Amino acid sequence: MTAAGVTERLTGLVGALRAHGLRIGTGETVDAALAMEALGLADRELLREGLAATLLHGTGQRPLFDPVFDLYFPRGVGAPQGRPTDREDLRDRLAAALAANDRALMGQLAAEAVDGFGGYGNSPTSDGWSSHQTLEWLRPQTLLARVRTSIRAEGGQSGFTDRLLDDEIRQRIEGFRRQVALEARRRVAERRGRDEIARRAIAPTADRVDFLFAGRAQLAELRRAVQPLARKLATRLAARRRRASRGTIDLRRTLRGSLSTGGVPMRPVLRRRRPVRPELVLLCDVSGSVSGFSDFTMLLVQALHDQFSKVRVFAFVNRLDEVTPLLVHGTADPEGLGTRIRDEATLTGWHGSSDYGVALGEFAERYGDAVGPRTTVFVLGDARTNMSDPNLPAVRQIARRARRVYWLNPEQRTQWGTGDSAAPDYAELVEMHECRNVQQLSALVGRLLPI
Amino acid sequence: MFRSVDEVAARLAETGYLASPAVATTVFLADRLGKPLLVEGPAGVGKTELAKAVAEVAGAELVRLQCYEGVDESRALYEWNHAKQLLRISAGRDESWDETRTDIFSEEFLLPRPLLTAIRGDDPKVLLIDETDKADVEVEGLLLEILSDFQVTVPELGTITATRRPFVVLTSNASRELSEALRRRCLFLHIGFPDEELERRIVRLKVPGLGAALAESVVRVVGALREMELRKVPSVAETIDWARTLLALGADTLDETVVRDTLGVLLKHQDDILRAAAKLDLDAV
Repeated sequence: MTAAGVTERLTGLVGALRAHGLRIGTGETVDAALAMEALGLADRELLREGLAATLLHGTGQRPLFDPVFDLYFPRGVGAPQGRPTDREDLRDRLAAALAANDRALMGQLAAEAVDGFGGYGNSPTSDGWSSHQTLEWLRPQTLLARVRTSIRAEGGQSGFTDRLLDDEIRQRIEGFRRQVALEARRRVAERRGRDEIARRAIAPTADRVDFLFAGRAQLAELRRAVQPLARKLATRLAARRRRASRGTIDLRRTLRGSLSTGGVPMRPVLRRRRPVRPELVLLCDVSGSVSGFSDFTMLLVQALHDQFSKVRVFAFVNRLDEVTPLLVHGTADPEGLGTRIRDEATLTGWHGSSDYGVALGEFAERYGDAVGPRTTVFVLGDARTNMSDPNLPAVRQIARRARRVYWLNPEQRTQWGTGDSAAPDYAELVEMHECRNVQQLSALVGRLLPI
Repeated sequence: MFRSVDEVAARLAETGYLASPAVATTVFLADRLGKPLLVEGPAGVGKTELAKAVAEVAGAELVRLQCYEGVDESRALYEWNHAKQLLRISAGRDESWDETRTDIFSEEFLLPRPLLTAIRGDDPKVLLIDETDKADVEVEGLLLEILSDFQVTVPELGTITATRRPFVVLTSNASRELSEALRRRCLFLHIGFPDEELERRIVRLKVPGLGAALAESVVRVVGALREMELRKVPSVAETIDWARTLLALGADTLDETVVRDTLGVLLKHQDDILRAAAKLDLDAV
């Protein structure tokens, strides 16, 4: 690579990262260039760490950085050197590599596999490369038993740690699948232009994924983020509470204190605040598509529960039921929470689609006493009532009794009011916020939660 | 200070700190570019140890500022020695006011706190600002001038600029989001859990009496625990504690009884212990 080529690579990389929402200034780009100069281009992994250190500002940005880096500074170019591959031979070598846990060899095999089986369209110059097709052909997951036997045959595997072996092999296979995806993306990028692929084919970081479109793996990642996020929010709430308690001057007590200094108020006395912990009520739509959002928010609120005097959580689809006790035990098994709520609580009546009108009416009628002047109510849902009556009087009644009512809607603001959405009607009565991803949610929770 | 990344790793290893390539590279760059190093990561992965190791390698004095809620300028930066100033004023009774004033605001009456100490003097220093996230937001503002220009402004004295730049390490547990302005001035390093091979070396180094096979088993079990969804996953510090415990118990190999009895060293929540016991097929605890 020439000097100009390297600079262009670097600015291209920075551009792609910016397109994914990272804020990188010119100063950092210059630092990155200095780092490249200091480290040289000989060792790719050192370069990767050096650029990450200079360009990134937070832990959450790393999963975005790595694939972009792999596109702009690929391990190699073009097709791999090597013999024409056939399936059984490749599987044999892959099994050996998995057993030895040789990541370099696995990367090489991934390159061969994509080259051999991943191309589609007019060969020999394929139109594209597919990791899915490669993996379907190779089926690395079926190698589990073979790898296990070969590791056991080598001996040294006995006793207690034997039970960990299966999971470890599964992780290695998962690692290989990622290498195949990486390789396929690299080959496609050579064909279609790097910038294009960097912008389109790399998944956003977990906190920017839409709740409504998050897959299984992303939801699992979100669940893991609950505890750290809750800790961060608790710190923020505590700081707000502390600031708020530095209240106004208590004139009566200041004057009383000034008597001992001859009427000169030497020490101002601040009004003491009564430490009232607010109450929180959550109404969650747990039907189909919205459930990922509701589950996450419920876990988050549960993790924050010591910030409140009382937290009550209600779930609904078209009937409503209290799920607070389920949630208390739910922290031990966050993965099964959604299923357990849907199994153990009465959430549906005659049909299985959500009906906000009936559910809100039922809440106002049966659990009206859960809402008092100290209660803040959060409603979580997309406000899609399936054409039935939105039951605005019930919402009005809840809003009148509660301290505040907020509605968090996981849909994009432009979608509100389209089709069967009653969002605009509800938004006239209570404050409604768009809450599409974890980033928005944590900002809203930090701002809206009562202190 | 260093010529290459390998040299960083080798010299850190001499002090008993085994650095991953990421750590070695970033330390090398922080030294070369003269920028502060912001280290984040879970508790117990050796963030503070890194600063100590760097100080040892460089033969530098370690100046440490431990942040906490309510740390302020007079604890972090400098303070005037009021008692001594009062003495000086009462000692020189027949002086004019102007003479006294210029005298009592001289360096003799300045009490340097860690940040000022770190940028004064000619000998090499490593400044460790520990748990930066615990400090209030205002303290971050204070750090900005020091971290970008290595200078401190004392209104009565003028600006004090570092003659020799200290190597600065800031650590954070991410309990609060540090401001973008502070992050921009630093190189960022995330120290995560080490990979299997590195952790095995760490265990062997810190607990020399442990057999190779047992060390490997220990690291593998800890690795498996980290994959589970637990409230608090074991960190490197816990791995070492566990290895020490096993050594003290005289265990030669891992078996169900030993693991079950010592799981409390690794996991700190009852929920986690139950969950891990179920996943590892231990009998009921």
